[in-house]
Amino acid sequence: MNAFGAAPGYRAAATLPLRVELVRQLRRRRTVLTLGFLALLPFLLLLAFTVGRDDRNRGAATLVDLATAGGLNFVVFTIFSTANFLLVLVVALFFGDSVASEASWSSLRYLLAAPVPRGRLLRQKAGVAALLSVFALVLLPAVAMAVGVLAYGAGNLVSPTGQSLDFATAAGRLALVPVYLAVHLAWVAGLALLLSVSTDAPLGAVGGAVMMSILSQILETIEALGDLRDYLPTRFNSAWADLLASPIDWTDLASGAFSGLAYATAFGLAARYRFATKDITS
Amino acid sequence: MGPHPPPVTAENVVIDVPGGPGVATAVQLDATVYRPAVTPAPAVLVAHGFGGSKDSVSAQATALARRGFVVLAWTARGFGASSGQIALDSPDYEVADARALVDWLAKRPDVVRDAPGDPRVGVTGASYGGALALLLAGTDRRVDALAPEITWNDLAQALFPNAAGQGSIPSDTPAAGAFAPNGVFKRDWAGYFFGAGPAGPGPCGRFRPEICAAYVQAATTGGPTPQIVAMLHRSSPATVAGTITAPTLLIQGEQDTLFGLDQADATARQLAAAGAPLKVIWYAGGHDGAPPTAALQDQVGDWFDYYLRRIGTNPGMGFDYQVQGIFGTRRDLAPRTVHAAAYPGLGSAPVQHRELILYGTPQQVVRPPGGSPAALSSLPGLNVLRGGAVNLDGVAMDVPGQSAMFVTDPLPDPVEIVGAPRMRLRVAATPTAGVPPTEAVLFVKLYDLGPDGRRTLPGGVVAPVRIGPLPAGGGPVEFTVTLAGVVRPVQAGHRLVIAVATTDRGYALPAQPAGYTVSLGDDAHLAVPVVAGEQAAGPFPTVQLAGLGGLAAVVAVSGVLAALRRRRAEDADPGLVEVPLVVTGLTKCYPGGLTAVDELSFRVEHGQVLGLLGPNGAGKTTVLRMLMGLIQPTSGELRAFGHRVNAGAAVLSRIGSFVEGPGFLPHLTGIDNLRLYWAATGRPPADAGIDDVLAIAGLGHAVHRRVATYSHGMRQRLAIAQAMLGRPDLLVLDEPTNGLDPPQIHAMREVLRAYAARGATVLVSSHLLAEVEQICSHVVVMHRGALVAAGTVAEIVAGTGTVSFTVDDPVHAAAVLRGLTGVDVMEVERHVVHAHLDGLPCAAAVTALVGAGIGVEAVAARQALEEAFLQLVSGEAVE
Repeated sequence: MNAFGAAPGYRAAATLPLRVELVRQLRRRRTVLTLGFLALLPFLLLLAFTVGRDDRNRGAATLVDLATAGGLNFVVFTIFSTANFLLVLVVALFFGDSVASEASWSSLRYLLAAPVPRGRLLRQKAGVAALLSVFALVLLPAVAMAVGVLAYGAGNLVSPTGQSLDFATAAGRLALVPVYLAVHLAWVAGLALLLSVSTDAPLGAVGGAVMMSILSQILETIEALGDLRDYLPTRFNSAWADLLASPIDWTDLASGAFSGLAYATAFGLAARYRFATKDITS
Repeated sequence: MGPHPPPVTAENVVIDVPGGPGVATAVQLDATVYRPAVTPAPAVLVAHGFGGSKDSVSAQATALARRGFVVLAWTARGFGASSGQIALDSPDYEVADARALVDWLAKRPDVVRDAPGDPRVGVTGASYGGALALLLAGTDRRVDALAPEITWNDLAQALFPNAAGQGSIPSDTPAAGAFAPNGVFKRDWAGYFFGAGPAGPGPCGRFRPEICAAYVQAATTGGPTPQIVAMLHRSSPATVAGTITAPTLLIQGEQDTLFGLDQADATARQLAAAGAPLKVIWYAGGHDGAPPTAALQDQVGDWFDYYLRRIGTNPGMGFDYQVQGIFGTRRDLAPRTVHAAAYPGLGSAPVQHRELILYGTPQQVVRPPGGSPAALSSLPGLNVLRGGAVNLDGVAMDVPGQSAMFVTDPLPDPVEIVGAPRMRLRVAATPTAGVPPTEAVLFVKLYDLGPDGRRTLPGGVVAPVRIGPLPAGGGPVEFTVTLAGVVRPVQAGHRLVIAVATTDRGYALPAQPAGYTVSLGDDAHLAVPVVAGEQAAGPFPTVQLAGLGGLAAVVAVSGVLAALRRRRAEDADPGLVEVPLVVTGLTKCYPGGLTAVDELSFRVEHGQVLGLLGPNGAGKTTVLRMLMGLIQPTSGELRAFGHRVNAGAAVLSRIGSFVEGPGFLPHLTGIDNLRLYWAATGRPPADAGIDDVLAIAGLGHAVHRRVATYSHGMRQRLAIAQAMLGRPDLLVLDEPTNGLDPPQIHAMREVLRAYAARGATVLVSSHLLAEVEQICSHVVVMHRGALVAAGTVAEIVAGTGTVSFTVDDPVHAAAVLRGLTGVDVMEVERHVVHAHLDGLPCAAAVTALVGAGIGVEAVAARQALEEAFLQLVSGEAVE
């Protein structure tokens, strides 16, 4: 028996290894379906573009026209059409579901009594949710890239403001987009985690985080709020597009990274405090 | 800006100014003075746009006052609450008014003066107000800085444009217009503004009679008379801009079919010639788009800060243009700003041109009688109403037969058009109804044609030309067209198309039908201006990076604090290391006043099988949850093997628990659940004893099925098996036989006995008294959170002995039993009589009953513990 009265072989730092938690999550249908859907989405977009191709009205160019201008533009369109909602939802799902689903299955109390220390449980859960989220954020553009290049060729990237980037440079820039999104969407992760430790209903945690994102985007459209809108967590949602400019304008990217991580830190610390002190009654 | 912006006081004043020529009485101007926190301060005049009032600039005025300027906003004569009549920024009226306002400011003690009667003052305004700013600065040396926005240089050219140049047209600057005389009346815009003038008595509203008369004439004849041109010219900054030396920030819109980029270009050339420090900004907006943005107004504020308050960094003298992108202005696709060191052609290198070859044969075009149907290029005034929300690039349409088309090859690489392209055109008269036209009125447009056939008219702008006289014999006239200035990124693979149309709905057209032959000039090139620049990027994000560092520090500190707290929580009593569980003064109060556990103390010794007995709601489960570290006690403590139990205490690894039902991942099989659970403990796989516990669970092949498919009993057994993983020294089971069928209950009892016999300790909670009596060696009875009794089962049961007789005639049986010595009939049910035999052998009682002719079906000792329990909890309902 060791000094802390533990059973032989027990070490708090060895509990709930990432590998184990990853297996527990990867064998869930919701994980497989979510990742599968993200991998399928570019094919659906391609199908939609192919089917709806005969619309030749003389209206202004649309985002869709640009999307089919080249494989890289297809990737940009895919990210553009998913960054503000779908990817938010995915991140909220992986984090919001993490603790709340265990609570809803009643397995949380057995993990805590194993014992997996609460701080460690939260950290490992968040770590695996982060791994899955980053994988999702990389998976979507990667599949879109493969689909786009096969369907529309490896041409230059044309930005929405008409700038042209050669394939190699643009592909490198696009590789940075998931990095930015991962950092910026950390606020969603933090909020979802906080809600996840506050409720036994996974849907409530996921939905709550998504609702907050939608609310923030609605507030953003209210001009009367003026500079206050700069403090909204979704204010720098689209700053990833600055990565495609020449040269890269880092101002909004840095602001978005700071904004995302600042909210994530506040929410994350609140989640840790709440989880460490709450009575587990599920 | 801090959280508390400096206070600004606004005061409404009425300022009397001279009426001007032909006006006998003074004009009262309705004005507001915005005073900053600290005075004296430099002043800024803020003039409003046509149709507005001092209230339409209040946001900008407040922002400037917050920066520290005394701001004077006033309603121009003829508008709002000011008296007088509209004279279209006439030097005799509106401009004289503004000079009087400068006089008025010079008398104010809160305004800084450069000399007696000369306040330090800047002036800004958009459109109508922008022209006023230029006209004031050109006629009053006291103006120290100005920022005119989206305004005209020559109002006659703005309302009667003619882009056909036959002489030499300056080509050093990016958007130099032809400014040829005898232009085409911009009917829709003029009508829109005449209509936007405030209503008043008579058809002229509050316009001065000469303005009104000029409009009526232009609107009915479509042609500019020399009188109208002279009158509009007087209201034009072109007359005075060549004398302005005050630093000027010139802002013009790229979506502006009223005051195009050529107007600002002309002003810029005059200002540069006069030597005024000049910065030019073209932004993605204008009269057909969004008004100048808050960010632009901030730049205006910076301009005044630098030149009036002498603070801030030098805003420089460069040229910024915004590339709006191909989807119109959207917040999520903000335009990108390109910064060039200088406005080309003003003392710097002239603008560069890309020469693109145009193709197209001579083409016949006709103008129908009355000019209808007509081509559509833009919708004047729409975005004034809609706040710039509508993208008009896509509305353009041409009428078949009315336009000639000339086209370039697909561009091999992208081209960014910045300014006014130019080309050579030839027009010849075609006789229509036998009468050849003497002059040509044509509208030249530049389309961006995508490979998919989609055409876009950038900015919705057209260049109207009136060229004449045309040779009667049908010979051509060749001339240069300076197209309307645009900022347009054209993608590789796109073509540029020049459309030469005979009609446009925005303009007054000759009513006579006409036919022309349009062809390219000898030089079939389209010269496209390009301005090299750097994309404006924000400053290095120092603040944000510092913020990220701060966040890292916060996380690190909180991590250290958490580690310290964990260390403090370690607490062991060496005297109790052999005692599996000691509960001392344990209390749990829930918010709302419910006390679930009240000063509970008991001990579980090594090798005991202890029953925690109590009715539902007695607090048993709360005790067990505290024992698992799931709930924090309000006071008191639990010690397992001497170690205090907290959330996540390491000693919990010696306790196996099953509390309040199973908890499994429904998507995994039973065996995977156990394996992953054990893996989650981080302990060596060999220590799990997974085969042993599976044998106890007795699920057979079902362990390879998903738990979601299990029955309640199967999950129950799997959960008890999970609790036994790793052979815990203390096994805690909450209602373990709940949901099990009788053979399983029996098996479970055997398992627990065997488990305890091997030297472990078992704590079982139950409300099933018989179960506790049969399984447990010791019992703790709880009621309403408090301890009622504790001891061995034998101790608790001692002195009680009740037997239940199942008989065919209970009433008779009760009478018989009562007749026996010492027997006390407790209760008579439908077929059962419960009696306290008090030492009488059971057989004797049965004999007596049978002897009395009563059929006895069964005899059972009633759960003795229940008896004791009922007595202990003084008659409270058990179930």
